[in-house]
Amino acid sequence: MTSMSDTAPFKPRAPKGEPVYRHRVITRISHWINVLCLSVLLMSGLNIFNAHPHLYWGQYGANFDKPVMEMVVDQAPDGSSVGVTRIGGHTFKTMGLFGASKYKGEWQARGFPGWMTLPSYQDLATGRHWHFFFAWLFVLNGLVYLVHTVWSGHLKKDLLPREGELKPRALLLDVWNHIRLKHPTGEAAKRYNPLQKLAYLGVIFLLLPLMILTGLTMSPGFNAIAPVLLDIFGGRQSARTLHFITANLLLLFVLVHLIEVLIAGVWNEVRSMITGWYVAQTEPKIGEPS
Amino acid sequence: MIRPSMISRRGLLTAGAATVGGLLLPGCDRLSQAPSFQTFLQSAEGLSYRTQRLLQFGQPLAREFDPRHLSPIFRTNGTELPASPDYQLLADQDFRGWKLRVDGLVNRPVELTLDQLKAVKTRSQITRHDCVEGWSAIGKWTGAPLSEVLMLAGLKPNARYIVFHCADDMGGQPDGTDLYYESIDLVDAFHPQTMLAYALNDKPLEVGHGAPIRLRVERQLGYKQAKYVMRIEAVDSLARLGKGKGGYWEDLGYEWYAGI
Repeated sequence: MTSMSDTAPFKPRAPKGEPVYRHRVITRISHWINVLCLSVLLMSGLNIFNAHPHLYWGQYGANFDKPVMEMVVDQAPDGSSVGVTRIGGHTFKTMGLFGASKYKGEWQARGFPGWMTLPSYQDLATGRHWHFFFAWLFVLNGLVYLVHTVWSGHLKKDLLPREGELKPRALLLDVWNHIRLKHPTGEAAKRYNPLQKLAYLGVIFLLLPLMILTGLTMSPGFNAIAPVLLDIFGGRQSARTLHFITANLLLLFVLVHLIEVLIAGVWNEVRSMITGWYVAQTEPKIGEPS
Repeated sequence: MIRPSMISRRGLLTAGAATVGGLLLPGCDRLSQAPSFQTFLQSAEGLSYRTQRLLQFGQPLAREFDPRHLSPIFRTNGTELPASPDYQLLADQDFRGWKLRVDGLVNRPVELTLDQLKAVKTRSQITRHDCVEGWSAIGKWTGAPLSEVLMLAGLKPNARYIVFHCADDMGGQPDGTDLYYESIDLVDAFHPQTMLAYALNDKPLEVGHGAPIRLRVERQLGYKQAKYVMRIEAVDSLARLGKGKGGYWEDLGYEWYAGI
């Protein structure tokens, strides 16, 4: 797309489509720093969660209070131990995955299993070191991206929905295209589709800021700086629960994002995020399979 | 015909991604255990400390809650009863023989009995205790502001940290060589809510909660709230204490600045 192709270092030769310079260098670098940060933050976050695998709602919450969610070991009627996940009043047997799992061949009582956490063994101090280092990197990277995306016009030109794109008819058509796994070709392939724009905007301006703010609400030092956050989120323990839920929503976004990349063409998509160049498929001629 | 340039670039990127993935994931545990990498990660602590101190200009208070927010049960954590016979003798006598010593880089080392400490000045606050593990409990603390006690002794100009020596034998060494200790900077030491608490929820502090006094430093996590405080020392450096990190849990890898 012309709006994005200001300085293009090299163009790939692509016989089956039109090469377009899709992602500028700051977008590309910040994307990959984000991949690293979010991976580390998620996995170290699960290690931190494991130190107290119970979530509460409100200002306080500890062992004698009623949790809204927990991953613990229950005693089965026959006396054996079983790993369970309790959400509200419902108990789900999650032996082997949540509540109790094998680590290096030994059964352990732990919220999330070792292959999901950073480090893989239970170590709150180290989990916190990873988490806070990468939280800073994530915030600084996000600030650079935000300033650039507003300044360069990327936000207005590529991310904000254009006139008509949010009309129910246009959205429904886009939903239908996604269900059919039909991806745009020709001119339409050079820009983000409406659902894609909404997903990106939701992540950039809702989920990621929510992640940072709920994280800061758990900091007693930051509570003194901005006590209003305690009122917004309903308390430190509510903020901890919201931090957990938002992390899950981000994970869901990443999964859908990866599936879309698989469907749209792994090589073309990954290359566009590394070199900047994307090959927009030309519109199929009549009679040709689409 | 396949162009070699395309192959090499694609091959390079794929191989690069595979190498990064293959090295990073199992390597993370090894990295986690490397002291130099730990130090690298912990550089974030200094950034958090300085940023929070900058934003905390004017010494803002920690949130004080309404009595209806009190935790129904305030759980204990860490040591519930120090094993030392000296401590247990003090506890048996309701700490009548207990004296808090304030020394180090001070002009007038002082010793205060519990009654003398209670006579210094009283403050009560309903605040939230946040364990590093993630749980929180809200309780009403009553005690003497630390700033008042420090002013009785008078800090020397080169004092930079306040250290709390405890009867807490968390580490379990029978010779008492690894007793619990904690330290805070002067910003927190002179914060209006920082106190030596002798009552929780209007009752004398129980042994499980750190009798006769525990530190309350409300803008930091639970492990900074040292229990069973026996001696307060003003120092210019933390290097000579324990393993040099400024506290029992700090020596085991936790952050000295526990504001997050």
